[in-house]
Amino acid sequence: MPEAIGLSHYLVVAAILFTLGIFGIFLNRKNVIVILMSIELMLLAVNINLVAFSTHLGDLVGQVFAMFILTVAAAEAAIGLAILVVYFRNRRSIAVEDINMMKG
Amino acid sequence: MTTQIGNDLLLALPEIVLALAALSLLLTGTFFGRAKAGSLLWICVVAIAFAALYIVFTFSTREIAFNGLFVVEPFGNFMKLLVLLGAGLAMVLSYDFMQRERMALFEFPVLLLLATLGMVLMVSSNDLISLYMGLELQSLALYVVAAIRRDSLKSSEAGLKYFVLGALSSGMLLYGASMIYGFAGTTSFNGLGQVFTQMSAMGEMPELGLIVGLVFLLAGLCFKISAVPFHMWTPDVYEGAPTAVTAFFAAAPKVAAFALLMRVLLDPFIGLLVQWQQIIVAVSILSMVLGAFAAIGQANIKRLMAYSSIGHVGYALVGLAAGTEDAAVSVMVYLAIYLVMTLGTFACILTMRRDGRLVEGIDDLRGLFSTQPMLAVALSILMFSLAGIPPLAGFIAKLYVFEAAVRAGLYTLTVIGVLSSAVAAFYYLRIVKLMWFDEAGSPLDKKMPREVGLVIATTSLAMVVLVAIPDPLTSGAAAAAASLFGK
Repeated sequence: MPEAIGLSHYLVVAAILFTLGIFGIFLNRKNVIVILMSIELMLLAVNINLVAFSTHLGDLVGQVFAMFILTVAAAEAAIGLAILVVYFRNRRSIAVEDINMMKG
Repeated sequence: MTTQIGNDLLLALPEIVLALAALSLLLTGTFFGRAKAGSLLWICVVAIAFAALYIVFTFSTREIAFNGLFVVEPFGNFMKLLVLLGAGLAMVLSYDFMQRERMALFEFPVLLLLATLGMVLMVSSNDLISLYMGLELQSLALYVVAAIRRDSLKSSEAGLKYFVLGALSSGMLLYGASMIYGFAGTTSFNGLGQVFTQMSAMGEMPELGLIVGLVFLLAGLCFKISAVPFHMWTPDVYEGAPTAVTAFFAAAPKVAAFALLMRVLLDPFIGLLVQWQQIIVAVSILSMVLGAFAAIGQANIKRLMAYSSIGHVGYALVGLAAGTEDAAVSVMVYLAIYLVMTLGTFACILTMRRDGRLVEGIDDLRGLFSTQPMLAVALSILMFSLAGIPPLAGFIAKLYVFEAAVRAGLYTLTVIGVLSSAVAAFYYLRIVKLMWFDEAGSPLDKKMPREVGLVIATTSLAMVVLVAIPDPLTSGAAAAAASLFGK
């Protein structure tokens, strides 16, 4: 009989997803779209955390928080894509190594 | 007798006014198009002035509204006044810029107003959820504002960089908030405060999860105030964004994020002072040193101001690291003076045009004294004040902060602070030297919009006047700090 899935399992999954998100932002040299996906991954990891804590504590606030994060994440993705489109029109590229107008 | 909800709405009246103004201006803008962008900007300034006046008249209110999500007390009111002052002045400065730089979009004032609303909301937040919502309202509006010049590669690149790093920082802040919620069992600041005081009363060590949460939350907030090692977006965004937008970025959002940091650390997390003090000390030292050294080689004045702002955040963090009530007063005075100095300097930068085109090089200021003596004198006063040279306000601000740190026994931090401010004085004084003693190249345009000239005059005068008459500022800050420490 395998061990039942408890709070710590959820926290570990969330921590792995969150780390993947951060690495996706910093190690990725190709494409800004991948960065947007990584940001989304980070926010979803936080949501897993919150919902897991919420059921563990028997307290609804965590789930309410998760709802708010979902809403804001949607708005954030919309704005990010809009800025990316504007950038693409000026630069004709969305490769990460091309974002180098300003340095120093 | 008013009902509960009526009372709550009355407490949030400044925020409600700003929100309604933003929404109705958005509608007006879509009906009338671009022609009215300038007048929309002035309506925004009026809405901000109304909110500020309301806060002045209800300064000493202390109440919690909306089931503990929203708090109104002198600390929040003081910080909100600073934020509104910074936002209002930056809007006034951007009027002429908007007209001349093909930026007369009605979205611009509306977005600035929404960002201001977000800042005011986050200053008043009393819960991790309202903290996050306020912070995001501010950040989302600012991402768009940074990229508002759609045809400019620099501006859109600044917007993209700001967005990616800002979203990363919100993610870290949220992860921290989720850990704190999980290990403390509540998101309310009052509840968190109770948990931590109980913990220190019982002599328990906080759990590892709580410390991890605190560190992530701090990392997220340090991004927003652009403290080292989370500063990498600042120089690029300051340089790439249109100058009027940079002036907005440099003032109000910094103060608002700093207010949030103070509220979180000095109210609920004061029980964990030992844990967060080391982090703040390290961040403060790094910011001061980087701000002092990295600015030396800069040729672009907006980039220089970015490093200067990183350094100033470091000095303000010196006061926060002390964690006492008089240290909180010193930080608030510092932020107020920093706000005025920065806006004055950016007002000067906005006047730097040659043949009608904006120039941003430090060398363009060469010989300014021989062509525009008044502007050169005003900018010199602001530079001396930024460098912290007595007897100007910038010196008094640094003195307060270092004094508080010494009283809290943070000697190393203070010594490093004084040394790095001596290094930083070099690049401020270099600008003064360029203006007064160097040969003029081709002169800058003399024409200056009236409102920008007015802002330059008042801010540089304020650097002198605040030293002679510090009273409304210091007594307001003292009342604010007392309310933050629950007295």
